[in-house]
Amino acid sequence: MLTSDLLIEILKNITKVIETNKQYLCDIDAAIGDGDHGFNMNKGFKAVAEKLDVVKDSDCGTILKTTAMTLISTVGGAAGPLYGTAFLKAAKVVDGKKDLDNEDIVKMFDEGIKGVIMRGKAEQGEKTMLDALIPAFEEIKRALDSGSSSPEAFIRATKAAHDGVEYTKTIRATKGRASYLGDRSIGHQDAGATSSYLIIKTISDTINK
Amino acid sequence: MKKIINNPENVVNEMLEGIVKAHPEYVKRVEGFDVLVRAEGPVKGKVALISGGGSGHEPSHAGFVGKGMLDAAVAGEVFTSPTPTQVFEGIKAADSGKGVLMVVKNYTGDIMNFEMAAELADAEGIKVDSIIVNDDVAVEDSTWTTGRRGVAGTIFVHKIAGAAAEKGLSLQEVKRISEKVVKSVRTMGMSLTSCTVPAAGQPGFVLADDEMEVGLGIHGEPGTHRTKIKSALEITKELMDKISADINLKEKDEVAVLINGLGGTPLMELYIANNEADKLLKERGIITHKTIIGNYMTALEMAGYSISLLLLDAELKELLDYKADTPAFKQA
Repeated sequence: MLTSDLLIEILKNITKVIETNKQYLCDIDAAIGDGDHGFNMNKGFKAVAEKLDVVKDSDCGTILKTTAMTLISTVGGAAGPLYGTAFLKAAKVVDGKKDLDNEDIVKMFDEGIKGVIMRGKAEQGEKTMLDALIPAFEEIKRALDSGSSSPEAFIRATKAAHDGVEYTKTIRATKGRASYLGDRSIGHQDAGATSSYLIIKTISDTINK
Repeated sequence: MKKIINNPENVVNEMLEGIVKAHPEYVKRVEGFDVLVRAEGPVKGKVALISGGGSGHEPSHAGFVGKGMLDAAVAGEVFTSPTPTQVFEGIKAADSGKGVLMVVKNYTGDIMNFEMAAELADAEGIKVDSIIVNDDVAVEDSTWTTGRRGVAGTIFVHKIAGAAAEKGLSLQEVKRISEKVVKSVRTMGMSLTSCTVPAAGQPGFVLADDEMEVGLGIHGEPGTHRTKIKSALEITKELMDKISADINLKEKDEVAVLINGLGGTPLMELYIANNEADKLLKERGIITHKTIIGNYMTALEMAGYSISLLLLDAELKELLDYKADTPAFKQA
């Protein structure tokens, strides 16, 4: 069960984790991008954190929609529309709900990832955040289907997301700024996949506390 | 990092304030947003041409707001696309009812943010269309990349589409002409140094004293390959060969040439490059109708330059020669 209070806590923790990893994300991005991913994500989630107190008693849909609109209007670059769209699509399926069951969680992830695919016109294997998100989502589904609890499912998803980040090191970028480098992007991990992994991990750490 | 700034997080805002103070007769700021519009805007009876993208490319894009070019420019963080909210403000501030054409450089972030802004404008009943500029021949246009980047050739789109809009042509016509410019322009660049995004504090890549990076973009992202530094003749030839291989230029074709400094290269070196470029064009019997030299699409303090060639026809020639009056581009 995921309550709106827990969702608020997750988002607050994501803000902290992104802030802690700001420089790390910038450094990863600098190798094959322009080195500002951590900076932009931090700016976005700091703005989200400021809005959380306003929506702390709202339903999950409102909380996620506020998160989405704040990211869309503050982050910029590619990360803003992508994460913004993901949260916006996830918000839609839990509109009005304060307590989410496993089915809601699966639907949220499914819609969120579909949103990223639609907005970014990307698929798995192109060295993007999808390489962390899709394996994580598949693992959540697999775990819940086989009767695992949601905290357990997220532990497995975190591992899958981490493997996804590792996988991005082995492939050539065909989307985003790193794609301009051709084969020179191989050997480096994708910054977007890394921030997605950190977000999944933070969800897991929060609900497993 | 050695920069004359106050605070890395406030560079865009302070720059925009400085631009408005320097050119109040050309631009005004949309209160509370990183958007500059024409001082007299929105201009009645014309299609609004707007552009924007990450900052750090000055004078692009705010420097081209004025008669005969842009109606508004939207500034993102350094090398980061502006948000949909900011672009939407630009659309609203520039629109006079004849529709808005957005000039977007082909980057994942820019495309998505401008697309989302267009969705917001559409919901409010504003007619918006866009033109995607992808002139950089350093990047293979294949399924293996996001497609070619939009670089200095964008200036030709601003100039020519701007003239078409100024003459009162319809949104459909301005778009058609912009598409023709995009199809006819190619650019290739090189650099001697990297550049440092203020918020990052570190250069995007490091070049040794005797190295140069060929085929790089305008965001401090590394290029296609790195070699030992060569002479102006050899470098210019390499860039021109790559451009020529991509655009089918024949004897007696007329072109416009843009030798664009990336921010840290003296005009002297740009003129030397132009001297070589002109010789190479003459050898092939290609006629140079117009040459533009200077810093138009920069990458902060990067040393280096790009060459753009625009293949002209009668229509493009007339619009290229049409009068323009903006802070960074003037033509009688």
